[in-house]
Amino acid sequence: MNGRAINETRTIEEALRRGSQPRRSGSGEDMSSEREASFKEAREAAGRLAARVAAEGLIDVSYAIAESPFGPLLLATTRRGLVRVAFPEEDVDSVLEGLARGVSPRIVETPRPLDGVRRELDEYFTGRRREFELRLDWTLVGRFGRRVLRVTSEIPYGGVQSYGEVAADAGSPRGSRAAGNALGSNPIPIVIPCHRVLRAGGALGGYGGGVERKRWLLELEGAIASDR
Amino acid sequence: MSVSDELPPFQRFLDGHRDAVWRFILSSVSRNEAEDCFQETFIAALRAYPRLRADSNLRAWVLTIAHRKALDAHRARARGAVPVADPAAVDGRSAPSAPARDEALWDAVGELPARQRSAVVLRYVADLPHRDIAAAIGCSEEAARRSLHEGLRRLRKVVPA
Repeated sequence: MNGRAINETRTIEEALRRGSQPRRSGSGEDMSSEREASFKEAREAAGRLAARVAAEGLIDVSYAIAESPFGPLLLATTRRGLVRVAFPEEDVDSVLEGLARGVSPRIVETPRPLDGVRRELDEYFTGRRREFELRLDWTLVGRFGRRVLRVTSEIPYGGVQSYGEVAADAGSPRGSRAAGNALGSNPIPIVIPCHRVLRAGGALGGYGGGVERKRWLLELEGAIASDR
Repeated sequence: MSVSDELPPFQRFLDGHRDAVWRFILSSVSRNEAEDCFQETFIAALRAYPRLRADSNLRAWVLTIAHRKALDAHRARARGAVPVADPAAVDGRSAPSAPARDEALWDAVGELPARQRSAVVLRYVADLPHRDIAAAIGCSEEAARRSLHEGLRRLRKVVPA
């Protein structure tokens, strides 16, 4: 190859790169407007894709971020029902990885399938709803956990039970500590009302979302007196 | 590519590769075919996703699919099966409105044989190494280098430097 051919190849390569990569403006601006436009188009196309695959039933898990008095909650649903509610402190990637591992990696962010869940939660948080009418997907809950959480689901709005009572109702030979562990790993808090389970004697005990939130929920429901 | 023992959630996969796929498609088909091509690429990826090995090169894999979808679009157009609203958009690819972009050069890229075109686009638009280009177009690394080399040689003939 002679020197000229090498030169020409370089020129073509440079022109190809120039046409496909951001030009750096001298002013420290990172992206050309063309590159930004391309990112925006790709993001919008991906959004349309997410809505479409959800509508066509091609995905196994839909999730959305919903505002709440606690901050943004991550809500996830399958075809069977609500499978996960995550508090704002939980790392989104970890939550999604848990869903990928425990349910399916076909997970897409799309708000529509969560519309009903969001509406019921809004009603609950503003005191207009006392019972959820949502279908639940128990995939992320083990066998023992399922027994404990089903018993917990039956504690009415405004009521409370002790860990020991829940354990006994769940037929647990392992007692209140095991029940406490099952409640602590409740993947669908608020909707499965593990906040209604307290220590014998009335102490609040623990809560996956923090004990202050447990207190807030119990005050909302009128189960304990507001100290404010 | 990060190697993990688990597939990332599909949304993260989409987030991570949508820009490269979009740029690849824009450089491979006309603008009015790009949206369909993008959707079909990721729908095909979504269908196959749970069967994928976790240690796959996801970027090369999704660009392989995009490459095939772009070929489908070209074939459909060659058969006259797809009515195209804008006749001007049929011959060239979209040739995005880059002020710096050499229109004649990108027209020439669009007229390269499919494998050479994909090799050139994967190299300079998606910025893939030869190994990943080979994986994306389904050939050996050596064949990928050759396609790229031949593509560049052809471009040099068509577009005087």
